[in-house]
Amino acid sequence: MRWIVASLRELIGLFVDDGSLAVTALIWLAVCGLVLPPLGVAGAWLGVALFAGLAVILAENARRAARRQPPAA
Amino acid sequence: MIDWAHAGPSLVAAFLASLVEFIEALTVVLAVGTVRGWRPALLGTALGLAVLFLLVVILGPALALIPLDVVQLVVGTLLLLFGLRWLRKAILRAAGVIALHDEAQAFAAETALLRQGAVIDRGWDKLAIAAAFKIVMLEGIEVVFIVIAIGAAGGLLVPASVGAVAALLVVVLLGVVLHRPLARIPENALKFAVGVLLCAFGAFWVGEGIGVAWPAADWSILALIAGFLAVALASVPLCRGAARPAAR
Repeated sequence: MRWIVASLRELIGLFVDDGSLAVTALIWLAVCGLVLPPLGVAGAWLGVALFAGLAVILAENARRAARRQPPAA
Repeated sequence: MIDWAHAGPSLVAAFLASLVEFIEALTVVLAVGTVRGWRPALLGTALGLAVLFLLVVILGPALALIPLDVVQLVVGTLLLLFGLRWLRKAILRAAGVIALHDEAQAFAAETALLRQGAVIDRGWDKLAIAAAFKIVMLEGIEVVFIVIAIGAAGGLLVPASVGAVAALLVVVLLGVVLHRPLARIPENALKFAVGVLLCAFGAFWVGEGIGVAWPAADWSILALIAGFLAVALASVPLCRGAARPAAR
């Protein structure tokens, strides 16, 4: 049983390192898939919105992580 | 017939991503072989590869039964999470916020751990077999996932698999020749590049799944690669600057 739990934890760890990065990215994907198209954002612009949101999420999350940790020796 | 010019980005992405994973696996297998003997190291490796092969044989055909848009959305989402996690870590390493991964150090730590382990039983060294099996399974699952994620959604499983097999051959060849961990490989630069590629492929497949009309179809992947690369490169000095006040 402990082996299964450890394996599952390792498997989840492949995709999720920082929980807030994964959750924010998933929320943005849901917004792009469910909210933006009814608002008229579609076609190529939906792709632009998808990329721009992910870029901001990544940059902001990395900057926040850097602020939390002192530089490595 | 595969259009290799079209399949190039998938092949390169699978090759680079698999190369990083195989180097990490090689480090541990070499440590096991050096400390506990080559027989259990190779036996654990062979067992791990056999289980991986079974996984691919079982999971591969099952993918064909799922509708393509579902595969694109699910695999794209997983690929994106995988790539964002990898790229974030590579940015923080390049900025000096977290320490660089050092294969020589990992090798030393693994050999020290194995020396502390149970007394070596030349007949059936379970500790050594388990250590080699575990690392081959763990890194191998990542490679299988990367190959499926990069190749399955676009019908490019063959070039993605060719990239992964080429990476395996390169690492095995270097391991046989050098007999020590590949410490000189610029691993963070590789991870940086792979993170960019995985994010670009992930965003592309998620876009396909939610109905994005990508301009120039698959060629948009190149624009996404350029976009994620620009964001990641710009983030490095920003992170360095953000970390500095904490050090004072």
